[in-house]
Amino acid sequence: MDTVLQFFSTNGDEMLYKTWEHLYISLIAAILGILIAVPLGIALTRFPKGAGFVMGVLGVIQTFPSFAILAFFIPLLGVGKTPAIIALFFYSVLPILRNTYTGVSGIQKSLIESGRGMGMTGWERIRYVEVPLAIPVIMAGIRLSIVYLIGWATLASFIGGGGLGDYIFSGLNLYQPEFIIAGAVPVTVLALLTDLLLGKVEGWVTPKGMKKMREAA
Amino acid sequence: MLKFDHVSKIYKGGKRAVDDLNLEIAKGEFICFIGPSGCGKTTTMKMINRLIEPTNGSIYINGENIMEKDPVQLRRKIGYVIQQIGLFPHMTIQENISLVLKLLKWPEEKRHARARELLTLVDMTPDYLEKYPHELSGGQQQRIGVLRALAADQPLILMDEPFGALDPITRDSLQEEFKKLQKKLDKTIVFVTHDMDEAIKLADRIVIMRDGQLVQCDSPDEILRNPANEFVEEFIGKDRLLQARPNIQTVEQIMNPKPITITGERTLSEAIQLMKQQRVDTLLVVDEAGVLQGFIDVEIIDQKRKKENLVKDVVETTIFTVEKDTLVRDTVRKILKRGMKYVPVVDQRHHLVGIVTRASLVDIVYDSIWGEDEVTNIG
Repeated sequence: MDTVLQFFSTNGDEMLYKTWEHLYISLIAAILGILIAVPLGIALTRFPKGAGFVMGVLGVIQTFPSFAILAFFIPLLGVGKTPAIIALFFYSVLPILRNTYTGVSGIQKSLIESGRGMGMTGWERIRYVEVPLAIPVIMAGIRLSIVYLIGWATLASFIGGGGLGDYIFSGLNLYQPEFIIAGAVPVTVLALLTDLLLGKVEGWVTPKGMKKMREAA
Repeated sequence: MLKFDHVSKIYKGGKRAVDDLNLEIAKGEFICFIGPSGCGKTTTMKMINRLIEPTNGSIYINGENIMEKDPVQLRRKIGYVIQQIGLFPHMTIQENISLVLKLLKWPEEKRHARARELLTLVDMTPDYLEKYPHELSGGQQQRIGVLRALAADQPLILMDEPFGALDPITRDSLQEEFKKLQKKLDKTIVFVTHDMDEAIKLADRIVIMRDGQLVQCDSPDEILRNPANEFVEEFIGKDRLLQARPNIQTVEQIMNPKPITITGERTLSEAIQLMKQQRVDTLLVVDEAGVLQGFIDVEIIDQKRKKENLVKDVVETTIFTVEKDTLVRDTVRKILKRGMKYVPVVDQRHHLVGIVTRASLVDIVYDSIWGEDEVTNIG
């Protein structure tokens, strides 16, 4: 116990900073992912034939070892936060894209026809029908992706991105288990808290009518 | 109002879904497209709001070629009701009804007022406005579906088997409600169905289609009397020939003009005496002016005779009636479908004028079997 307190008193400030850095890297990557993957997912529902291909390619990228991707960006973008964020962004795309695509293409055809028949433009259909109805599925993808990213962001330290990974790597290098714990525990806590918070967000953005319908069912 | 000019739809592979269709529809007309599945009726309808584009020919609405219009603007001026109802589950009834108005950029208060006003058309209370579609029954949902198509006061409404997924009793009452509504609002309706009963009941003109071609287009009476060919005859079904008897038109002509009645002031013992005398199990209850109040039957008397004394205390007021100028074929169907023993006939002010019983049906059937010669002689 004493050692824990002692560790906090010497490293507390730094830990807070690293946690913030960690969160920042993951969230920026996730936000970029959302900005790209949600519109792309909706766009793919308009071309179901191309959708399989795009998802396939992304699926392959997803299987690349994360270390390899990070290393791959060093010659292109150097070291630091930017390549870390970009590498993590690639990982965030697939779950969000896949869920957006599944969510939107799973909407009852009759609702889409209703919308078209009453004279909605393509954009109005997205705004009033497709996004609100698919939001629970899209949110599930976002949640999953952010929680993964927080875990993977530890690797950012490998290319000088900072974050809680720094502790884990120095712990490994110096053989000091307390550093490993100081890195791993906050990452886990951060992931759990974020998941909890996003669960709440999912509740807020799900339209009331759909929640009531699910309760009734 | 609406004109099809040599319209064809040919799908890839050369299938002709609609083949050189010519048709004119007048304002305020109720047109039913009917035919076996795959006959092109739905395709024809969807070409009107350009959900499907015609391959050849043109469609005109009020003289304007719809192909020259923006499809989105075109659709906002045409109401559209589908079989699956298609209400948006994440929107309240208010939002669902007024969605087209939102697209047309109406201000919020006007949209709200309009939704309220529309709801009264189908006798639903304003507290439904805040409910969600899943909280309503199928029949109520489709009423809202119809209101949504009326929201922007569209002069033309397309309906794709709108009552097809409802149970028979709900369907029946919705059909009636809708027919009244259409007369009141003077809309032009293009209605697709595969149910001949529905078409006969609702349509001013029926368009019978087969393999993408128009087989016959006439009023229900004309189609029943003079089917264009064997296909139409088959499609109508033999049983409807009975309903097509030309010399019998309205309920008034076949009803029994002297139903057994009683007034509310009489006692239950008097009622049961009257039943015994007349050999009936039901009495229609009227007031002094002859206005129908309800009925009492032998079961009611049996249950209530110890507690109540006067007819007016036990009278059952929910009673199904028809007006005397209702067509026989509608009434016949109701009696048969709902398993009713009788239907009281009233005039516009709800005065009892007669009764149609299953015995009246026997007369019609008897006439149609044995009275053929007579009819031809007269004719």
